[in-house]
Amino acid sequence: MIELQDVTHRFGDLTVLKGVTLELSERRIGVIGSNGSGKSTFARLLNGLQIPTSGHVLVDGQNTRHQARAIRRKVGFVFQNPENQIVFPIVEEDLAFGMKNLKLDQSVISQRIDAVLERYDLTAFKQHPAHLLSGGQKQLLAISGVLVMDPKYIVFDEPTTLLDLRNKRRISQAIAELSQSVVMVTHDLDLLGDFDRVIVFHDGRVAADDVPRVAINRYKALLCP
Amino acid sequence: MMSLYSPGETALHRLPAGTKLLGLVLAGTSLFFVADIVVLSGALILVCGAYLVANMTVKTLFAQLRPILWIVLILFVAQAFINGWQAGLVVVLRLMNLILLAALITLTTRVSEMTDTLEWAIQPLGWVGVDPRKISLVISMAIRFIPLISQITAEVREAQRARGIEKSIVALAIPVVIRTLKMADDIADAMEARGFDADPR
Ligand SMILES: Nc1ncnc2c1ncn2[C@@H]1O[C@H](COP(=O)(O)OP(=O)(O)OP(=O)(O)O)[C@@H](O)[C@H]1O
Ligand SMILES: [Mg+2]
Repeated sequence: MIELQDVTHRFGDLTVLKGVTLELSERRIGVIGSNGSGKSTFARLLNGLQIPTSGHVLVDGQNTRHQARAIRRKVGFVFQNPENQIVFPIVEEDLAFGMKNLKLDQSVISQRIDAVLERYDLTAFKQHPAHLLSGGQKQLLAISGVLVMDPKYIVFDEPTTLLDLRNKRRISQAIAELSQSVVMVTHDLDLLGDFDRVIVFHDGRVAADDVPRVAINRYKALLCP
Repeated sequence: MMSLYSPGETALHRLPAGTKLLGLVLAGTSLFFVADIVVLSGALILVCGAYLVANMTVKTLFAQLRPILWIVLILFVAQAFINGWQAGLVVVLRLMNLILLAALITLTTRVSEMTDTLEWAIQPLGWVGVDPRKISLVISMAIRFIPLISQITAEVREAQRARGIEKSIVALAIPVVIRTLKMADDIADAMEARGFDADPR
């Protein structure tokens, strides 16, 4: 379980999150809210990419303030733009990157690479330059790069925003099939229909926290009162 | 512009990167002690043969030479004027041998293999505070992000043309640098999220 205890976050004079307390234990949690409402900041707090100005974020009881390194292994993160997540020129090399950081054995690394490529139908691209993949394939590669590290939770920050309709479907289906716990920030309300819980951020606070239908209606009411 | 790894299963692909790089260093050095046109031409034929062994097409071979075509021509003419055509030919043959060999190694060796070897070779520098792992990572990332930066440049140029700004280096450089820095920030985040540690203890 991931817990936020009275979390406040500031950038200079700007207070982005104001005393947020949450327990995240459902398998599929959506996060919505208008531009600048603090969603990305919230997401980055979950795996210690950002440490809160005050309050605590606990992942299975470990505090991101003290154990950020251990927590990053447990909480994977997929960003909006896959281009900026692919670090190595060749698909196979990129998939190996995170696992090498975990100091896994070469045999385990190759085995997991083959398995994940097979899973996403990318086997033919194993030796391919990553920059030649399509947008959807790049995002699948970015997700794969996180999956091979075997995280318990995966946080997504607008994973479908840059994709066309077909790739959007493909990625959302891939996310639906994950066995990990998922927290997903999105502006794409269609993706949230079968989620267990949706949290609405507004002006740095939780404005609604409910089943998707109720939370989405509340969000729409906030936007156009 | 730049030859990149071209996947394959040939003997040359399988040869360890260290062996290939050592071979390149040795061949490159010896080329400068040979001034015999026949020997240099023989070497060039061997190098071209190696392209066939590596399953490369003639087109790929010529593509490696195209960027240096003008330099080769200018060198030849200059040398021929000063020292005679034989000297010109020697210089040109040396250069072509060297470029083709280096390109062949790039074409048959994965970047990760190359950087692993480099990492190993510069290990002694660890004693003076250089982190070999970081150097090799920087090289891989440079190769990875060259296409992305040229894409950003093209996008910015297009956006400016749409607004009627024609060639201006400053107008082009500023947005490209800003976008590249933003990208670098995102990349650093993504690497951190994937367990990369800039300063492991
Ligand atoms: N590193 C930073 N330094 C300063 N201000 C920042 C930083 N990151 C975010 N902010 C500011 O914090 C506020 C919240 O940003 P955040 O990225 O969390 O919003 P968001 O809900 O993800 O918005 P969007 O829907 O546009 O992605 C914004 O006003 C933003 O400008
Ligand atoms: Mg955001």
